[in-house]
Amino acid sequence: MTTVTSRKKSVAVNPLKQSQPLGAALAFLGLKGTVPLFHGSQGCTAFAKVLLVRHFREAIPLATTAMTEVSTILGGEDNVEQAILTLVEKAKPEIIALFTTGLTETRGDDMKGILRTFRESHPELDSLPIVFVSTPDYKGAMQDGFAAAVREIVATDFGSRDESLVEMLPQVTILAGSLLSPGDVAEIKQIVQDFGLKPLILPDISGSLDGHLEDEYQTTTAGGTSLEQLRNLNQSTFTLAIGESMRSPAETLQQQFGTNYEVFPQLAGLEAVDKFLWRLSQIVNSRHDPHFIKPPTVPNKYEIQRRQLQDAILDTHFYFGRKRISLALEPDLLYQTAWLLHNMGAEIQAAVTTTKSPILSDLPVDSVTIGDLEDLEDLAAGSDLIIANSQAKSLAKKLHIPLYRLGYPIYDRLGNGYRFLISYRGTIQFLFDIGNIFIEQEESQNNH
Amino acid sequence: MAFKQSKVAALLNEPGCEHNHQKGVGKNKACKQQAQPGAAQGGCAFDGASIALVPITDAAHLVHGPIACAGNSWGSRGSLSSGPMTYKMGFTTDLSENDIIFGGEKKLYKAIKEVCDRYQPAAVFVYLTCVTALIGDDLDAVCQAATQKFGTPIIPVNSPGFAGTKNMGNRMAGEALLDHVVGTVEPEYTTPYDINLIGEYNIAGELWGVLPLFEKLGIRVLAKITGDARYQDVCSAHRAKLNVMICSKALINMGRKMEEKYGIPYIEESFYGIADMNRCLRNIAAKLGDRELQERVENLISEETAKLNQALIPYRSRLQGKRMVLYTGGVKSWSVISAAQDLGMEVVATSTKKSTEEDKARIKELLGKDGIMLQKGNAQELLRVIAKTKADLLVAGGRNQYTALKARIPFLDINQERHHPYAGYVGLVEMAREIDEALHSPIWAQVRKPAPWTVNSYHVAASIG
Repeated sequence: MTTVTSRKKSVAVNPLKQSQPLGAALAFLGLKGTVPLFHGSQGCTAFAKVLLVRHFREAIPLATTAMTEVSTILGGEDNVEQAILTLVEKAKPEIIALFTTGLTETRGDDMKGILRTFRESHPELDSLPIVFVSTPDYKGAMQDGFAAAVREIVATDFGSRDESLVEMLPQVTILAGSLLSPGDVAEIKQIVQDFGLKPLILPDISGSLDGHLEDEYQTTTAGGTSLEQLRNLNQSTFTLAIGESMRSPAETLQQQFGTNYEVFPQLAGLEAVDKFLWRLSQIVNSRHDPHFIKPPTVPNKYEIQRRQLQDAILDTHFYFGRKRISLALEPDLLYQTAWLLHNMGAEIQAAVTTTKSPILSDLPVDSVTIGDLEDLEDLAAGSDLIIANSQAKSLAKKLHIPLYRLGYPIYDRLGNGYRFLISYRGTIQFLFDIGNIFIEQEESQNNH
Repeated sequence: MAFKQSKVAALLNEPGCEHNHQKGVGKNKACKQQAQPGAAQGGCAFDGASIALVPITDAAHLVHGPIACAGNSWGSRGSLSSGPMTYKMGFTTDLSENDIIFGGEKKLYKAIKEVCDRYQPAAVFVYLTCVTALIGDDLDAVCQAATQKFGTPIIPVNSPGFAGTKNMGNRMAGEALLDHVVGTVEPEYTTPYDINLIGEYNIAGELWGVLPLFEKLGIRVLAKITGDARYQDVCSAHRAKLNVMICSKALINMGRKMEEKYGIPYIEESFYGIADMNRCLRNIAAKLGDRELQERVENLISEETAKLNQALIPYRSRLQGKRMVLYTGGVKSWSVISAAQDLGMEVVATSTKKSTEEDKARIKELLGKDGIMLQKGNAQELLRVIAKTKADLLVAGGRNQYTALKARIPFLDINQERHHPYAGYVGLVEMAREIDEALHSPIWAQVRKPAPWTVNSYHVAASIG
């Protein structure tokens, strides 16, 4: 049982967390033809945009209702209306994703009322879905905003599906939590397809943030979960929720469509991936063989990858044993990373995170701090490795500890849209990455 | 609301700003422009205030608001320091729901104490944001109490994001400096050649390409406002003989008010390109009114330009006649044109969205009759113009980097996120090198090359045959 603590202080120094609206924006970027619209002042959008652009090295379509002093006093109704109309005219989105910020939540804009009035006065836009989510900056962190957005997406009625379409393959819903990178999501998609299933990934940031060249200039997200897919959510035979924070949207899907679900709090490490593939094979088998008489079938390539991972674990374990590692990551990513390292024989020296989560009580470490990078600096001294975002660079340097970059933002490494660290293959990559850092460290120590 | 609305109105009507001089005559109302919901892309007033003040390197910058303002932005500014690194840290009161209900003043006071105790900054700049302005926290009172209690200057910066654009935030930063910083400390000594540089933020270390020139000339930069600044220097800025406003209408209120209050004249200059750099040095010498200094300037100019011409020879032939679309704001909308022309390049279009009438007149003069002046700008418009003018290169801010790259067009970053210094004589060589590299990279053919199987069948057949 891990104790969750937060230090009594009035100032956050070198913040680790980002705000809820940023998380919501990231989730909505995984919907196709979408423009995420921040209801706040210009800066709310600009800061989020700069952070995401630097992290992904991609053009990121985000919009703002551009609240001013006057509209803050009078209410944001006109700004919301004008922003939506402008977006419809200029960007022609298929979906508009609208969410609040600290400013408009403090002001207390009646968003439900504003949207109702908007719908009444613009019947011509009845077919345009507007997903709304409340994401005050003064509560929670990026992961919470991401989860809140996914919860609203699955609760939204996007209209009925085209019944004439006949599904050839059984469909499963993948709720892809904020711990997953675009590369991770792409890998999951591949795995599910390899099992002969049709993945409906929500949100699918692998289609929009994976870094690919389009032929035309994009005014909205270039890929992601399409409107048609969203209308097909009720067709899925099962929901696989990746990351504890995806439990609540999975529950919503169960309530709405009766779809059973399983939460996978992590997808890295041998056991976690085994469980995921086992579940996929059960889904496949249950269609033909409800009593599980036949042994589950797993595509041969994963048998091979599994053996490769076991070999990688053997090769790398010399370097992980008794290493002390300090982590500063959002809860879901912290959980996945901490357990993976623990299962390699490393010791978690310190864990710092951004926001509350039930999963924090089950970490392979005595206590976890909800805090900032100043807390990490105080706790990490003497570690062999720090795993955190790029902002931890200067403290790692100060403490003479190598930094492995994970989380958001990573602005001084390439390939954040491409890199994947889940599945057997991703775990292998992760173990090699970290193992190589330890080898380098050993060598430099021997040279002294 | 605790922050002063009358002040916002006054800043919007800044008389030193060209945009206002032309009110009623010219059509540009850039200073008064309100951001358009759904279309606006820029930063907010808090963003602008941070841009202008964070480069004070030995100060702590404490953001009083919920996590978004600091959490999403801290540490990302491109201004460099030759010493202290306190400015690169992120400090915020990270307000929770309870703080918003019960008020954030106590927490702010404690936060200031904790920052002073642990990090001993030369000063703390405290930024009021949207939420803390809205809940009515009395920033000035807390800062005043804290200054007295902790013996460290605590400077209130009234910069709620909703008060306006980045430009407005720059001015609010200027007001904070005028009200609480400038004039609070006497310099150890003064010389007849003391100047302040205002509006230069040492992005990518640009100042370091220019400061050696001043040193050679015997001109002392008393205060850099604010690139690579130390707090004390800004305090004593009121003893300078001349204010040199660099590439910025944004802090024009500082120039004007320091003239009113301390009798310091100001000139507006640019460090980009040979012509502008020469003019800048000549104007400073003329204003400081010293024949010997003017002679030294002439000598330096001929020395530097000779050296520069030599250094540019390998690039000139490679850049000759290449066509550039320039998309930036204010002074840069014309000063970079002159820099490009120094390199033998042609600017086929430039933006005038944030330019004053005076800027526009200069642009017209520099562009020639075929040059396009872009009034409005979004990515699509920009791509249309690039296609129409058959431009070889887009020079713009980081925000448009992916507009260019995704369209497979060479790009040079000219704004605050850039990594290379382009100011001064050495900066022009750097710019030439960067443009050359961008234009002549072997990658362009590859990223534009269609897959062989998408080429029509005749070609395929021919290549097999």
